[in-house]
Amino acid sequence: MPDSRDLQLLEVIQLGLPVCSRPYAEIGKQCEMSESEVIARLTQLKQNGVIKRMGVIVKHHPLGYRANAMIVWNVPDELITPLGTRISQFPFVTLCYQRPKQPEWPYNLYCMIHGKDRAVVLMQLEQLNQACGLLNFDQQVLFSRRCFKQRGAVYQRNTDLAHG
Amino acid sequence: MLTDLHKQLLNDFQRDFPLSARPYQDIADRLGVTENEVLTALKDSTIQPFISRIGPVIRPNQIGVSSLVAMAIPEIHLQSVADKISAYSEVNHNYEREHRFNLWFVAMAADAEHLSLFIEKVERETGYKTMPLPLVNDFFIDLGFKLELNHA
Repeated sequence: MPDSRDLQLLEVIQLGLPVCSRPYAEIGKQCEMSESEVIARLTQLKQNGVIKRMGVIVKHHPLGYRANAMIVWNVPDELITPLGTRISQFPFVTLCYQRPKQPEWPYNLYCMIHGKDRAVVLMQLEQLNQACGLLNFDQQVLFSRRCFKQRGAVYQRNTDLAHG
Repeated sequence: MLTDLHKQLLNDFQRDFPLSARPYQDIADRLGVTENEVLTALKDSTIQPFISRIGPVIRPNQIGVSSLVAMAIPEIHLQSVADKISAYSEVNHNYEREHRFNLWFVAMAADAEHLSLFIEKVERETGYKTMPLPLVNDFFIDLGFKLELNHA
């Protein structure tokens, strides 16, 4: 588990690594750590899986990836893990999660596809449905329409809800 | 126009970004250019719209607790409710999707208690019901996203 110094470091670095010769030293200045401590902690966080990846995070939309669909399926519990593992290996899939069913929403397996247009996404979904044997399960395709807000996950240690 | 260097920087360093004292120098060495060329290319106005940031992608629920939340909002009120939700600092993503459940956002808080208090607050302040859909399992191994840049 990350300790409080790790959390402090992640809070700073999640906003972005500066583009300069010694960026980890700059990050260190903002959380009172040496450059080598920053690097050592990030290496550790990556090794133990807290950091999934470290690198350039691109915006899909300006690059022409304008269609984004969330697909949900209702699959038997015992198939969630094998299907989720399989789905997540397709190169056009950008997320794959299990979530609990709700009374008004009987779906438990989710994935996201980013594509250049709607037709491409639907073709990729067809491929996924065929290859993984998903056609027999109830499913819904929810294309995104407007994006009201999008930013990287912002972790805040102290959430101020006292005034809410 | 994106140069070849821009394209390499966008595609080849989405993961395993160097964790060394001079990461941009390491990248430059791999690409056969100078550190200064890499720094200049990354600050260039033509590449800026394509980069969200350089940094870590953190596994969900390792730090803090998050949940996807869906709401069904009448079309005429969608924009105003969406604006209200986007304004909360707990909200990272907020999208309209084509469905009766037309508003989908991701909320994050320090712990489960704060998250449920926040979701209650959203219901109170918008006047609409929420359907929280917290993560149970994450199957996705994030290796970045291979961009086909020829038509960009």
